[in-house]
Amino acid sequence: MTYANSDTEFRQDSPMAEFLRMERMPHIWCPGCGIGTVVNAFAEAVKKSGIDMDKLAVVSGIGCTGRVAGYVKLDSFHTTHGRAIPFATGLKLANPELKVVVVSGDGDLFGIGGNHFIHAARRNMDMVVICVNNFTYGMTGGQLTPTTPATAQASTTPYGNYEYPFSLPSLADAAGASYVARWTSLHARNVTQSIREAMNRKGFSFIEVIAPCTTLYARRNRLGDGLNALEYYQGDAEIAHGADTRTVDIDFQGKIKVGKFVDREKPTYLEAVNERYANVLGDEYQLYGKTQPEREEEARREAAARELEAERMRAEDEAMDEQEGA
Amino acid sequence: MSMPKTVAADPKGVLAGYHFLDGDHALAEGALAAGCRFFAGYPITPSTETAERFAERCPNAGGLFIQMEDEIASIAALIGGAWGGQKVMTVTSGPGFSLMMENIGLAAMTETPLVIANVQRAGPSTGLPTLVAQQDMMQARWGSHGDYRAIALCPDSPQECFDLAIEAFNLSETYRVPTFIMTDETVGHMHEKVVIPPADKIKVVPRNWYQGPKSDYRPYKFTGKDVAPMVKAGDGYRFHVTGLTHDERGYPALTVEQNKKVVTHLIEKIDSNADKIIRLEEKDVDGAEVVVVSYGITSRIVSKAVQDAKAAGIKTGSLRLITIWPFAEKRIRELAGKVKAIVVPEINYGQMVLEVERAAAGKCKVISVNHCGGAVHDPDTILAAIKEGAK
Repeated sequence: MTYANSDTEFRQDSPMAEFLRMERMPHIWCPGCGIGTVVNAFAEAVKKSGIDMDKLAVVSGIGCTGRVAGYVKLDSFHTTHGRAIPFATGLKLANPELKVVVVSGDGDLFGIGGNHFIHAARRNMDMVVICVNNFTYGMTGGQLTPTTPATAQASTTPYGNYEYPFSLPSLADAAGASYVARWTSLHARNVTQSIREAMNRKGFSFIEVIAPCTTLYARRNRLGDGLNALEYYQGDAEIAHGADTRTVDIDFQGKIKVGKFVDREKPTYLEAVNERYANVLGDEYQLYGKTQPEREEEARREAAARELEAERMRAEDEAMDEQEGA
Repeated sequence: MSMPKTVAADPKGVLAGYHFLDGDHALAEGALAAGCRFFAGYPITPSTETAERFAERCPNAGGLFIQMEDEIASIAALIGGAWGGQKVMTVTSGPGFSLMMENIGLAAMTETPLVIANVQRAGPSTGLPTLVAQQDMMQARWGSHGDYRAIALCPDSPQECFDLAIEAFNLSETYRVPTFIMTDETVGHMHEKVVIPPADKIKVVPRNWYQGPKSDYRPYKFTGKDVAPMVKAGDGYRFHVTGLTHDERGYPALTVEQNKKVVTHLIEKIDSNADKIIRLEEKDVDGAEVVVVSYGITSRIVSKAVQDAKAAGIKTGSLRLITIWPFAEKRIRELAGKVKAIVVPEINYGQMVLEVERAAAGKCKVISVNHCGGAVHDPDTILAAIKEGAK
């Protein structure tokens, strides 16, 4: 059997081979694009966390970032435009032992898929949503998205954007997300750390990563290449952990507040379901055949594993701080 | 292909006994009996009672119901749920069915088993939300973009809502194909006796789980006859599924040659098994001058019209399409060579009659008896068509 993309055995020795479908390389992303950085950060987070990759699933929508699902060597689903989150909802609810991560773009998650985002956040559905926000629809040629800053050029706003953009952390916060962070693709280590943190917690976690689209957004707005984008991030990104999400809007080429904005505990959708049914129905309630004591035992095991991973992350942070201090 | 092994139903989902149920509730009971344990839905008249019944009953059967934010989310959750390992279902009516179309294509393309019941109401648009129609029959065939096949069944009673819900799951699992139950408001809301057999008397097709070395697993094969076994996310296969044209591994393969393989397979796996899938109910067809072809609630009205036609001395038979898609074209073609006329009453302005005309190919008269929706036919309009056909 020959496949349309079959080639390149030699890439199997890549350090990413454990995580990526090397037989699908080279990927489609342009030089200077920020999506690869996010994939790398995700891979790092998965590796460092020691998470069971057999229980980790990735769901993407459509678009440049939508192609992430096709490259990761995990159970991975490339779905329809805007519908990654409801697909992921079904996947998680049908098999609650899965850790489900949605990776998609700003147009996919907040244009066509915006409704699903707010409802998954409202339900505190157990999933991590990573949005690579490059302010444009890359796959279709650089059109306006709901996050394109005012005055920026897009192919469908040839005289500059006159719409108000969404501030994604504010939207996620207002909709009820448990965890909200924003970084740029320059902050690769922070992105890794945030993904790791998000994967190790319960509920709906949202991580926005501002990333360059050099071919379309940057070129059309005369912002230079990938390096220029990273220089902009270096100069204008400001770490503001815990900032009020109403204050983190992004103006065209303006300051970008980054950091962890929201981190709050509340029962997840499935915890709420289980608690409600167990209260009303008692022992008769057995979701997919699991009894209440079995579910409680599972929850205890998961909590212990989370605590262990949190401990590891703290220790690594301290070691890192010491190293940087020295 | 060889028919799949069936097993007895899981007793947790089977409410065995004699019941007085409406069609919508019977659908939910059928789904639970068939082993459906995940249901994602959005309220819409006249289908909501199915979702309500499932929501009430599923915790005791070990299942889960979620009310999604819209019908698009509902079907997206079903596709995710199916790959998460569950048998999945939703219910809707015309406007919601329209919203589901894009993801019905994703389910067809990714060969994901799922069941959608469409309790049809009169359209277009918001139309007559609480009143009967059969206007989405062609949408069930052609609704999503691109070439594909789906299976559609059509019950004419609450009992058959129960029976065909099980059949729909069995076909959906056998052929890895989205399967529709194209019922209607009247069947959905009429109460009749429904007999639910004990679990060990209900035959259920379980998911065809892959068994073999992990490295040999391929989510697809493109034989046009049968389908590849499935795995679920979390079992360590690290498989990929995409709506793009794909190869056996599920990887995108964007070539004309591969698209031919995939699309041919999606069509052939249904067409080449049409004889096994299609179920019809025929009465007094042999020697008939006129045969009335109908489906769903309209078949109930046809009984009266046929009775009156016989009393008037016309040799009249009836054929009820239980399976709508694939269409019973072979049988209709056969009949067309033997009868003077085929009469096709349906609560729309002529949908399945187009298929009947195509199959009859001019060998007999084909008379359409249309209805705009909102009510069932007056049997006399069907009787008049039978009389005209017998001339």
